[in-house]
This record gives sequence, structure tokens and C-alpha cells, in this order.
Amino acid sequence: MVLRPIRVQAAADPIDVNDANYEVSTKARSLWADAARRFFGHVPSVISLVVLILVALFAFTGHFFAVWSNAEIDWSVLGNVRVAGAPSLETGHFFGTDDLGRDLYSRVVQGSQISLMVGLVGAGIAVIVGTLYGAVAGYFGGRVDSIMMRFVDIMLSIPYMFVLILLLVVFGRSISMLFVGIGLISWLDMSRIVRGQTLSLKEKEFVEAARAGGAGHFTIILRHIIPNLLGIVVVYATLLVPQMILTESFISFLGLGVQEPLTSWGALISQGAGTVMYGTLWQLLFPLFFFIITLFSFYFVGDGLRDALDPRDR
Amino acid sequence: MLKYILKRLGIAIPTLLILIVFSFVLMRVAPGGPFSSERPLPPQVLANVNAKFGLDQPWHIQLWEYLVGIITRFDFGPSFAYTDRTVNDIIMQGFPVTLTYGAWAFVLAVLIGCALGIAAAVRHNTWLDYLAVGTSIGAQVLPNFVMAPLLVIVFTLWLGWLPGGGWRGGQWPYVIMPVIALGTSYMASIARITRSSMLEVLSSNFIRTARAKGMPATHVIVRHALKPALMPLLSYLGPAFVGMVTGSVIIDVFFSTGGIGQLFTNSAFNRDYSVIMGITILLGALTISFNLLVDILYAWIDPRIRY
Repeated sequence: MVLRPIRVQAAADPIDVNDANYEVSTKARSLWADAARRFFGHVPSVISLVVLILVALFAFTGHFFAVWSNAEIDWSVLGNVRVAGAPSLETGHFFGTDDLGRDLYSRVVQGSQISLMVGLVGAGIAVIVGTLYGAVAGYFGGRVDSIMMRFVDIMLSIPYMFVLILLLVVFGRSISMLFVGIGLISWLDMSRIVRGQTLSLKEKEFVEAARAGGAGHFTIILRHIIPNLLGIVVVYATLLVPQMILTESFISFLGLGVQEPLTSWGALISQGAGTVMYGTLWQLLFPLFFFIITLFSFYFVGDGLRDALDPRDR
Repeated sequence: MLKYILKRLGIAIPTLLILIVFSFVLMRVAPGGPFSSERPLPPQVLANVNAKFGLDQPWHIQLWEYLVGIITRFDFGPSFAYTDRTVNDIIMQGFPVTLTYGAWAFVLAVLIGCALGIAAAVRHNTWLDYLAVGTSIGAQVLPNFVMAPLLVIVFTLWLGWLPGGGWRGGQWPYVIMPVIALGTSYMASIARITRSSMLEVLSSNFIRTARAKGMPATHVIVRHALKPALMPLLSYLGPAFVGMVTGSVIIDVFFSTGGIGQLFTNSAFNRDYSVIMGITILLGALTISFNLLVDILYAWIDPRIRY
């Protein structure tokens, strides 16, 4: 007996597939469309997202509106920064000047760029390395898993801030070293989360089906496991960005991170905090404002994404 | 239990060794030795100095000597920048300061955080609850290096109540702001954790049973709800401790308290490698042992934890 594929007769279909109503009413909502609907229904998350977009616009287009460049020194305010260097539209120093007579607006624009970059790159490294590492450890399990995760445990119990400072001291204080140092530690938590998820995912039927279909281990990890992890990875990466910004600001606050003429929120806050006693409060408050609203927004967007992508928690 | 303790020790001790070896190797691969300066020393002087500090020995011997020195004599060797002082002298100078305000901050954060969290959970959805939740959200974005300057603006610049820095042997006006700046964000996190776990416990069956028996509310909370509600907090104490140790660097630098963090950053700028290493290893050992202690305590209190 010969098995023949069963043909469904399209002509027998009573519904007209070309009818517009038919298309709309049966269009399946994907996980992501569903999540987007939930996310945009949550007002605080949407406001935070808008704030983040505005901060990013400020960071990457703000210099077009600057009157002074970030390196120029306004000699007319020197020696009298407290009065002449105050924020004003007339002098072109929208945010005032810093202690050396440099335009704070341009400096904050530049600092925002660097802080956001550090946050995004740090989270990016965490996503790539942490996801692959965790997925591999969780997928193979057994001895591979215990060795890989023991390594993560050991790395996590080292007080990394001190090691990071040690690295910066030994290899020179530069922004690239800062990226390397932050990248070294940022992926650890991510790998743990991903591993935990992978442990349950690998028992699912679709993985079994893929294996039965002859897919190799790495094909399964890359094509079947990781796409299913994306939700949690996105949520965690969003929450990781503010942590990376915090770490960078911490280091730069101590003067060990970003070096002049480059700057970042942490470095600007540090300089502003150092001159607080002279009554030049704007030097602290402008960078602080951007720092705080950005961190706040990232936390809210992260929370919103978690609610949107992981409805079980509700 | 013993097996569990041994197993945790089996992680803690290698971690500490890795930390020591790692910092040692880093220090040796650093470009430029500790005595290379703008004006090069005459070769004979350099050789003498290197011999004095044992830098002419092969690597593995130096590492061995260093390890033996730390483990047997608790000796971190000489400072490279201040040649008349040892790393131990420098650490002993700063450590009591950091310990003083660090201990205050930790104890107060735990006590106030717990009290706030429990109160918020017991008075769920009242102004007290909203206050606690609001504070903990706010404190999430107010890390110590933001708190410190804001405190100085309010209490030194505007009100003139407290000195903006210094230590003066730990007189209380000098201690208040470091403690608040260091402890606030952890206090808020502790309040948040306690609140959510207390809420969960309060809605569980055994609490309803206790209430149904007609037990007074305070009795239910203190005798029945408190212990299970504080369990998740215990596992947060480790990270909180690490965070405070790290945060003390900021506090020391900002308030010029002369604590261990200020010495650490000064040495970082002077490239005084042996002091940096000494402090890193000491604080590393401190955090690793604290985490070990918390883990063992956790397993001891909660019989469900078994590995």
C-alpha cells in the first residue's frame, strides 16, 4: 500500500480567505505582539520609554544646539564662575559652566553619550557571552555544567569592584579598559539565569523533535533554545543597563574611570559634588538629573517588559 | 550539615586563593615596576631596592613567600610608595574608621529596613505602605555617591548642622552623614524584601489558622510570621555587606574620613601595588567569609536547604 499525502481541498473551504474581515479576525498574535500590546498598555513604562528616547536624543544630537564646544574655555567667566558661570541663555551656557569655565551643557551631552554607551555595551556583552555560556552549561548538564557554573560561582564571590579598580590601575585608566573590565563581570548573573531556563527548556518536546530530526547540539542551542530564551534575556538586559551605568559612574566618581577630556555622568557628578561648597549647585544638579531620570526609566521599562513578556508572574 | 559546611569551604578557600594569585600576577605583569619613575634610578640602586623587596627572586618564589606571609603572619609586605611603612600599618590606620561607620550603617540599615518592611506589610495599602514602597523605589536610583553630595547640600550648605567631611577620631557629627549616605539604599532594599516576603507569609494558611484560634495580632506577627518572613532577607545580607564594603570607598573619598577606601584610591593613583593588593585581598577575604557565614546560617536555620 502506498501512503499518499492527504490533500485538503481548498475549494471546499466555506470561508473566503480574501475577505478582509476574515484576515483580521483570525490573525494570530505572536508572543511579541502580545507583549508589545501589554507593554504599551502600561502607562509608567511608556512614559519611561519616552524619557529614555529623549535622553538618547539629547545625548546624540544635543551638540548641534550647543553654543560652546566641550573643550573650549570661556575665559570671561574664569575666576567668577559662581556668578558669571551660572546657567543662562544669554551667555550660551544653558547649564552654566564647570569650574574650569567649560560649557556644562556640552559636557553633559558628551557625558551622556559615554554613560549610555557603557551601559549598552556592558549589557550587550552580557547578553552575548552570558546567554551562550548559560545555554551551553544548561544544555549539556552534568560535569560540563558543574564545572562551568562553579567557575561562575567563584567569579561572583570575588568583590569585583576592587578587581576592576586593580585592572584599571595596572593597565592604565582608559575607557577601553573600563569596557573590558565591565564586560568581564557583567555576564555572570545573566549566565546563571539563562542556565536555569535552559535546564527546563531542554526537556521540552520541540527540543526532542529537533533532536529526532537529526539536528546537532549547537544547532539546537542556537536555533531552538536561545530564541525561546529571548524574553527573559531582554528583560534582564534592560535591568542590566542601569547597573552598568552605576558601575561606570562609581569608578568615574573616584576618578579612576573615564579620563579627561572625555567625561561621563559619574565624572561630572564627582566634579559637581567637589564644588558644592562654593555654591555652584548647577554643576552637580544637571548631570545628576540626567543620571537619575535615566536609571529610573530603565528600571521602569525593565519592570514593564517583565510584566509584558512573563505574564505568569502577574 | 558538616558536609554542607565543608562543601561551602571548598568554594570559599579556592576563591580566596584565586583572588590572591590573580592580584599578584596582575601586579607583576603591570607595565613598569614599582620603582620605575621619570628619573631612572642608577642600576646598582635599582638592584639593591629590588633585592630588598625580594623582586629579584623568580615569580613562583615571590608568590609563595607572599602567600606564606599572608597565611602564617597576616603580613601583606612593605608598601612601595611609603617605604618606611608596611601595608599592615596602612591598613590598620584606615580600617577602624571604615569599620566604625560601616558597622553603624549595616546595623541601622537592617534594623530600620526590617521595621519599615514589616510595618508596611502589616499595614498593607495604607500611607505607611506607600511611604515604604516610595522610599525603596527612590533609593534604588540614589546610590551612595549621589546621596553623599545631596546630604552635604542639605545638612552642611543649607542648614549648617553637620561638618561636610573629616573624621576627628569618630566624633558623632562626623559619623552621621557617612552612615546615612552608605546605608540608605540598602535600608530601602531590605525594607522592600521584608515587605514582600512578609506579605506572602501573612497570606499563608498557618497564619490564618493562628488568627482563627484568636491569637492577638502582635503575637501572630512576632511568634509566627517573623521567622519565615525574614528568611529571604538573610540571603540578601551577603550582597548588602559586599555593597557596603565597596561603597565605603566612595564615602571615604567624598567625606575624607581617612578610612580604608581613601587609602585604596590614593594607592591606586600612586600605583602603590602592594597596598592595593593588600586591601583587595583583605576586603575579599572579609566578603567571602561573610558570605560563607550567611550561607551556613541559612542552612542551619532553614532545614529545607540541603545540598
